[in-house]
Amino acid sequence: MESKPKISIEQLTKVFYKKENSVTALENISLDIKDGEFVCLVGPSGCGKTTLLRILAGLENQSSGNFTIQKSDQNRPNQSMVFQERGILPWLTVEENVAFGLSMRHLPKALIKERTTYFLNKVGLSKFAQMYPKELSGGMKQRVSIARAFANDSEILLMDEPFGALDEQNKYILQEELLSIWSETKKTVLFITHSIDEALYLSDRVLLMSAQPGKILSEMKIELPRPRKLEEIRSNPEMATKFLEIWRHLQVEVQGSRL
Amino acid sequence: MTELKNPIETEQQEWRKQQMQQRLKTWLTIFSPLCLLLIWQFLSQSGLIDARFFPPPTAIVSTFIELLTTGELFQHISISLFRILVGFLLGVIPGIIIGLCMGLYAPVRHFISPLIMALMPIPTLALLPIILIIFGIGEVSKVVTIAGSVFFPVVINTVAGVISIDSIYLDVAKNYGANRKDFFMKIALPGSLPFMLEGIQMGQAIALLTIVAAEMMGARSGIGYLIWTSYSAFLLKEMFVGLILISFFGYVFSLLLRWLQRKLIPWR
Repeated sequence: MESKPKISIEQLTKVFYKKENSVTALENISLDIKDGEFVCLVGPSGCGKTTLLRILAGLENQSSGNFTIQKSDQNRPNQSMVFQERGILPWLTVEENVAFGLSMRHLPKALIKERTTYFLNKVGLSKFAQMYPKELSGGMKQRVSIARAFANDSEILLMDEPFGALDEQNKYILQEELLSIWSETKKTVLFITHSIDEALYLSDRVLLMSAQPGKILSEMKIELPRPRKLEEIRSNPEMATKFLEIWRHLQVEVQGSRL
Repeated sequence: MTELKNPIETEQQEWRKQQMQQRLKTWLTIFSPLCLLLIWQFLSQSGLIDARFFPPPTAIVSTFIELLTTGELFQHISISLFRILVGFLLGVIPGIIIGLCMGLYAPVRHFISPLIMALMPIPTLALLPIILIIFGIGEVSKVVTIAGSVFFPVVINTVAGVISIDSIYLDVAKNYGANRKDFFMKIALPGSLPFMLEGIQMGQAIALLTIVAAEMMGARSGIGYLIWTSYSAFLLKEMFVGLILISFFGYVFSLLLRWLQRKLIPWR
């Protein structure tokens, strides 16, 4: 049985208007994402991918067009976002940060505690529960951010280059952890990145975006069995072709936006 | 060939040296006021400065004990502290609430900030005559004077604190569905706390400045009154007792607020 798409975006357009000048950040974006699908959005910086995510996250309004997120449970929030670095609140402890979404929904204390403990454990931060973010490394902070989003148990997850500021080693470790939690919860994920490796490793489908106006140019299915290993992707000739394909596309886009 | 030193021993010596330096700094901090008092004592006793105008510290201390035993001093201190405390709270609490509202809601900010900018430069002490007319010579007028001067630094710093909150935290709150009350308590209040406490620290200093002047002009008791009447009667030892008390309380309040700062902002 083919079910309705989890996220469906129709003809979404966003224009920024400032001092008699308008910039079209997104133009007629139409897109369907299946339930449980992991989709990466790749494009040059300034192509409007963050804008698209912010609209889905309810942090910005579209200029025209629509999107719907299919509800499976009335009590579940629509979406939770994993922000770029600095997204966790410095005045809350690690535990309070992970519990943030749940406590904003005023759920029973025992339930909050249980879910928070579960996800703290999942990201390996149980020992750091009572610490403040200033005592954590960059990678640990992003773990908190991921745990917070998963703990909130929303319909979909939105991730805005969550690993962009991490060093290579940490990035791989966190990507692996993310996949392992994701495979357990089977959430629908829309993930923004400018790293081709990351997109190939994580996603079921890669969407390529162009810059100004932001459009979706093409998509690419990544049909590799899971659980995946980074080494396998690196040594897979098919993936190497895909890498180059995306690479060329990005080159053209970056060159184009310079003119 | 030179003998190789034990690396741990070397580091241990280095560490000890640093500890010594740390201790020296602490001693220097304690030493400087003591030094001043000693020089004062010497100059005053040897007649190099006029002991009528600058009585030696030992004489001031004995006057202090005298005033303390008669119970007169205790009365002055307690009434002044009472005025400072009440006035301080009456200035700080509205300052925080109005500051948060101004920081969070741009229309409120635009409406109120010209009023604050216009009223702030007027010294509350210059308004004392009007305050006395409105609130009479009783306690209310002193408390209002202090509240008025404490209010401004607190409100201005609180607004600055809210505005300085990184917009990503506002996004986080919105994304996770914080309602208005949660937003106020979990984001705006803690986010602006560091700036706010700086404002309160400033307010504290201003409260002390104000209380002395206010009690000099329109009171029958308090440390400021003690200073003024002692001066008028040329009882300079008593006057110095009052001055030193003010400096002592200023110091204690600063320490208290620093302590409070560490307790309230453990995440800094």
